[in-house]
Order: sequence, then C-alpha cells, then structure tokens
Amino acid sequence: MNIELAQVSRWYGNVVAVNDVTMTIGPGVTGLLGPNGAGKSTLLHMMAGFLAPSGGTVTLDGVKIWRNHEIYRSIGLVPEREAAYGFLTGWQFVLSSARLHQLPHPEDAARKAIATVEMEAAGERRIETYSKGMRQRIKVAAALVHDPQVLLLDEPFNGMDPRQRMHLMDLVSDMGAAGKTILFSSHILEEVERVAQHIEVLVAGRHAASGDFREIRRRMTDRPHVFRVRSSDDRRLASALIADGSSSSVALTETGLEVQAVDFRRFTWLLPRVARDTNVRVWQISPADEDLESVFSYLINRSS
Amino acid sequence: MNAVIAGISYRALLGRRRIWLLVLLPVVLIALAVLLRIVSGGSELITVEFMQKFALGAILPLLGLIAGTGVIAPEIDDGTIVHLLAKPISRPVIAQTKFLVAASMLALFAAVPTFVAAYLLINLESGIAYGFALGALVGGLAYAALFMLLGILTRHAVTIGIAYALIWEGVVGNFVPGARRFSIQQWAQTIADQVSSSSFLSSELTLGFAVTALLVVTVGAVVWAGQRLRSFSLTGDE
Repeated sequence: MNIELAQVSRWYGNVVAVNDVTMTIGPGVTGLLGPNGAGKSTLLHMMAGFLAPSGGTVTLDGVKIWRNHEIYRSIGLVPEREAAYGFLTGWQFVLSSARLHQLPHPEDAARKAIATVEMEAAGERRIETYSKGMRQRIKVAAALVHDPQVLLLDEPFNGMDPRQRMHLMDLVSDMGAAGKTILFSSHILEEVERVAQHIEVLVAGRHAASGDFREIRRRMTDRPHVFRVRSSDDRRLASALIADGSSSSVALTETGLEVQAVDFRRFTWLLPRVARDTNVRVWQISPADEDLESVFSYLINRSS
Repeated sequence: MNAVIAGISYRALLGRRRIWLLVLLPVVLIALAVLLRIVSGGSELITVEFMQKFALGAILPLLGLIAGTGVIAPEIDDGTIVHLLAKPISRPVIAQTKFLVAASMLALFAAVPTFVAAYLLINLESGIAYGFALGALVGGLAYAALFMLLGILTRHAVTIGIAYALIWEGVVGNFVPGARRFSIQQWAQTIADQVSSSSFLSSELTLGFAVTALLVVTVGAVVWAGQRLRSFSLTGDE
C-alpha cells in the first residue's frame, strides 16, 4: 500500500511545522530522518490520522486518512510516547488490541504478536514494571496484532538496549522485505541507514532530500567542512594546507587555524601528511560544524 | 458500546486513586445522614434541606466530576487514548462507551448512596428517598456526559467543572433566579420533587423543562464528545 502526501503543510498559529511536503511512501522500509523539531512527528501523525493537514492531502491508496477510522484495519501505529495502560499485563494489552480489531481469533493473534517481539517471558507482568525497551516492544506487538499492511513507528529505537534495537531492526527489515509499507522516524543517520532502503530527510518542516542511504550519506559528507586545528606552528601549516586544492580558505585565529575543507576525504588524508612533511606537530583537530543540525541545514540550504 | 473499551475504562478508573474519592464521598454522605438522624430525629424539613443542599448540591456534582473526567481525561493526558483511537472503531462508539462507564459508576456511587442516606434519615416517608435517588441518577447522567465532554475539550476540565458546579450552580444559582434554569442540580431537584410528595420540596422549573434540558445536555454532550474524538489530534512535543 502507498501513503501519498501531496503538498502537505501543517501550521500551528504562526508556526509552520511542516511546509509543502510531497512524497509517496511505498512498500519496503522508509526512514524519516531529521533533527529534533524538524516536524517528523507532525508528519507521522498526519499519516496516522492523528492530525489534520492544514493544507494538501494525505491518503492511503487514494483514501483520505483524516477522520477515517477504517484505515486502522490497514495501519498499525507505534506512538513515541511511552505510556501504555500500566495496570494491564503485556498479554492483556496485546489481547485487548486484538479484540478491538475484532479479529476472529484474538488469543492466537496476540500470542503470535508477542512471540514476534520476544516478550513471552514478560507477558504476565504488568506493563508498569517494564523497562522502556520492553514497553516499546509490547507497543510494537499491539500494533502488529492485526498484521497490518502499513506500520508507522515514531522514534521506535529510543530507549532500547543494543540487543533489543538489533532485534527490532531485523523485525522491521523482515516486514519490509515481505512487502509491507513501513515508515519509521529517527534523528540518527546510522540507525536509519541500517534498516531503511529509502530515506526521506525532513529539515525545519521541509522535505530536504530523498533517496537511498548511499545517496543521503554522500550528500551529507560531500559538503564544505570547517575544522579547527591547533598545532606547534599554525602559520607554516596554514601555508602548506592552502597550497593544496582541498581547502578553500585557511584562517589564522587566536585559538588556532580555521580551515574550510571542500574535499572532505582528500583533506582528512592530506592534513597528517602535510604536518609530517613540514615538521609541524598537530595538537588538536576538531570539526567545527559536525553536529547533525549543521549537516541538515546544509542540505536544506542546498535544496532551496 | 464496546466491551473491551468498557473493561479497560473500569480498570483504569478503579485502579487509580480516584476510586477512594468515589468511595469516600458517599461514605461521608451516609455518615452525615446517620449523624443528622441521631441529632434531629427524622425531621422531614431537615431531610429535604440536607438532601437538596448536600446530596444533590455538593456530593453529586463532585462525583460527576470525578467519574466524568476520570473515564477519559487521564488517558488523553498520558497519551494512552491512542491505543483505543487507532482502531477500526467509530469514535462516537468510544465516547458512548466511556459515558456508559461513567454513568454506571454514578448510579452505584451517587444514586444508591443518595437513596440510602435519605432512607436512613426518614425511611420511605413522602417518597423522599425515591425522589432524590431518581434525581441523583438522572442528574448523574447529565454530569457524567457534561464532564466527560469537558475532559475531551480541555486539560483544565476539573477546574472548570468545579467552577461550574460550585460557583454557577451553588452561588449564582442561589441569588440569580434565571441561572437556575441552566443548572443540572435544579433539574435533578425538579425530578426529585416530581416523585416525592413532600411539601417541603418545591421547584420553580416545570417537569417538561427539566426533562428536556436533561435530555438535551446528556445526549448533546455525548454526541459532541464523539465528534470531538473524531478530530482528536496528537500535537507532539515539537
């Protein structure tokens, strides 16, 4: 099944959370990547029928999602908020989900869903005794109980330990391989590129990039980088660096050099060599703009 | 009506600390009735006054507030409501189920104790016990619907609910005769008056008005609640 977003915007008063986004989420695993506050949750809520678009349309195979409870026959949703009915056991929680879906054999479906997330052992315990990762898994089980064609997960890997994370990643990959339409949001590139065949990048409410992870990775590393370098002889190092084409500017500052590298790979290869050849001792090298925000803002500036 | 939702709602309501308020208020009502009986010795005037001012005027709206907001507001607050809403179940059915849960709690914790309190004060004399029990029941339905709707409309449902019950119905209603027409408490009292033959109990509103008003508020609030749930939005933390 396909989720189609056509010129979707969402604003709260004067604040634009999602700005004119058009994309189609098809079968397979799609990662919705973006820094915190980029509008990922807003977009995901619109796909899940929990928010009305202020403009544009959000449809599932051509059927409007907003104010249409029938879509939940096809959609499973794992919300970001941790809360689940703490007084229910995991088993009761998933079983209630199966019953609410009016499945013909709710017990069997619940058992299968709990086995899928490997929560059989804790099934008889109340959810309030669960760790964050266990809650996440039981919520996934509740969302999977009706074997939906579409699964939407909001920051699903948050709070999971590495083993649980791997397990859920495998599960998501398998479901994607089985032809289900899966979308999950994350602000961590490594997480997304491990699972998602396709990545949609959202920055400041705008659709900044789209493609497979190689494409996204290339666009994120293939950009001007700024490094701060401290060494035993900044001036000598500066002149040697600027002689090579991999840097576009080198500034001498009181705290050291500020180098604008245009060719990231060449620069990282070049710097130690230049230092050795000119007999300069490098004390410190640090990226000045390596945080995700600036990577994303580069993407958005380039796409606009 | 959906049995799974009703089951979860009962457990949520009974599992929280609110249950102690639901139990405590009727206990206070009955205890005071016993005390009053010992002191006053079964006076009809005192019984009617007590049932009007305390049972219908204070205990019923408080219980209505606890049960009405309690069936839905905490779930909206902590986000668990999504578990129910992300299902192929019509939202009005969810609202109706929640209302029935709140209404049944009020029948048990408001109407029954109201009958018991009146019975302890004056037995079945002049039909006072039956009258106030019925008044508490229908008033309870209206409060349950109204406060449930309030719990969906705003995060400040309890504050607004208390302001309505205590200030509008309690104070304004006592001084401004017109305000009494828009008071669940007065409608409930009108029903009680209709059943009871006591001459100490009188109401200014006609039965037709009270019944219509109760129906409009109860049905209207449940329908509105269902429509609001259809547009339920997650705004997230962004």
